[in-house]
Amino acid sequence: MSSASKSSRAEDAKPGAGRARISAITSGKGGVGKTFMSANLAAALARRGERVLVLDADLGMANLDVVLNLFPKVTLHDVFTGKCSLEEALLPAPGGFDVLLAGSGLVEYSRLTAEVRDQLLEVLRTVSPRYDCILLDTGAGISDVVLYTASLADDIIIVATPEPTSLTDAYATIKVLAAQQRRRLIKLVVNQVTRPGEGRVIRGQLQQVVDRYVTPLLQNDVDGAAESVKLELLGEVPLDSNVREAIQKRQLLMEMMPGCPSARAVQLVAEKMG
Amino acid sequence: MISYSSLSAAAKAETSIEAEVEQPHVGLDLQSALQLLIQSGHELPEQLETGSVGWMQAVIDGLCQLSSRDALTGLSNRRQFELALSREVDRVARAGEPALLLLGDIDHFKRVNDEHGHNAGDMVIRAVAQALQDCIRPMDTVARLGGEEFAVILPNCPPAFGYTVAERIRSKVRKSSVAVAQGVDVHVTISLGGAFAPQWVRSSALLWIERADQQLYQAKAQGRDRTCLEQAAVMQVSAEEKSLLFAVSQFQDIE
Repeated sequence: MSSASKSSRAEDAKPGAGRARISAITSGKGGVGKTFMSANLAAALARRGERVLVLDADLGMANLDVVLNLFPKVTLHDVFTGKCSLEEALLPAPGGFDVLLAGSGLVEYSRLTAEVRDQLLEVLRTVSPRYDCILLDTGAGISDVVLYTASLADDIIIVATPEPTSLTDAYATIKVLAAQQRRRLIKLVVNQVTRPGEGRVIRGQLQQVVDRYVTPLLQNDVDGAAESVKLELLGEVPLDSNVREAIQKRQLLMEMMPGCPSARAVQLVAEKMG
Repeated sequence: MISYSSLSAAAKAETSIEAEVEQPHVGLDLQSALQLLIQSGHELPEQLETGSVGWMQAVIDGLCQLSSRDALTGLSNRRQFELALSREVDRVARAGEPALLLLGDIDHFKRVNDEHGHNAGDMVIRAVAQALQDCIRPMDTVARLGGEEFAVILPNCPPAFGYTVAERIRSKVRKSSVAVAQGVDVHVTISLGGAFAPQWVRSSALLWIERADQQLYQAKAQGRDRTCLEQAAVMQVSAEEKSLLFAVSQFQDIE
């Protein structure tokens, strides 16, 4: 897996030079607003005039369609099985960006085979020149599929909440990505914060544990060279009842209430990404 | 238990019963199955009446047993190993227990064959198989994957324990002496590579084997007769890490 991931990133041109910048949005723990963030971040980036694609990389239990209120007739599954072309599966979403949905029938892909790896890589290579930014909405947990999709990305964005379980899983994810994929910069969005500045505190906490426990692992790894992993806070999104309302109405927060505090926070994250 | 000869008699009786008596197994030819069982030394319980349902079950059980074993060593064969491994993948995903897969390969085995002949090679493989079995718990699966390659699946195996078991196996093999002929003792060593199943995660058997195999390759490359285990610590968050992670947040709450 690691060799495939290295080559897939290395041999392609640098992002910006004719291909999209690929960001994997992951969390470790489920239910922290990862898919919500992917969809609304995509809308926020689209508002900035970027051409954005969200790829539902949660191959086993995809629910980007639920968040966006889409009823796709064709999905990535049909592309993989040759039932439709990639072009047919690229759908316009309400927020002014495109989506490529996995479809929930992809259970057999919850086990990563070499075939699925190649197919996913091929799909990304094909669509990459057409966009400025591709967001990979990964599944929950740290499964092989999640690690593989993360390995295809230029940037890793971890979504975490201040909950201890979310922080632990975010930390475990950072650790694995740093150790197995040699990530040296990992971006962080703290969701559902209740006090301003909580995101900064959480980044500090995570960075402290990373410095103490992850960095020593890396020095053994790479010829004793001093390396460190840096966590960059992209932003914090406040706990906001509008978010729940948007999700329940199956609408994008960025469309429904672009002026509310959480939508403005998401827009700031998008600014910082660009 | 019945002897070989009476079992062959039973096998013959079976064919004659089929021909003469009306019974539910008409058309079944069990001759070759029974021959296989006899040849492998498998014994059927003699209290069962030939042709009865219980007897048929015993024949099927015997065949299942036979198809899951390695003929040379009596260990699980590759088929059984793959089955056990994918079962373990499912179990780890559900229960989150640590599990270790060890792959072992006898060092310079070709030399044994070249210098002492294939019969000696077989004896060495059997001795290594025995050494492996002596080092593991009843719940573990030991398999011969083919040639001089072995695998051990250790369910519910914490990282520190895994290394101890692997080193125990390596030292046991190193100490064993195989008398391949009068006055000719052969000594071999084994290289071991291992990987833990990622806890709380559904991985795949194939990837797990790949990871363990990479470690085995490392062990060979580093000079053989050693154990290389993938760093399990990477996937786990220790109590110390957790306490540091939450130390600040508790402090902040007090503020």
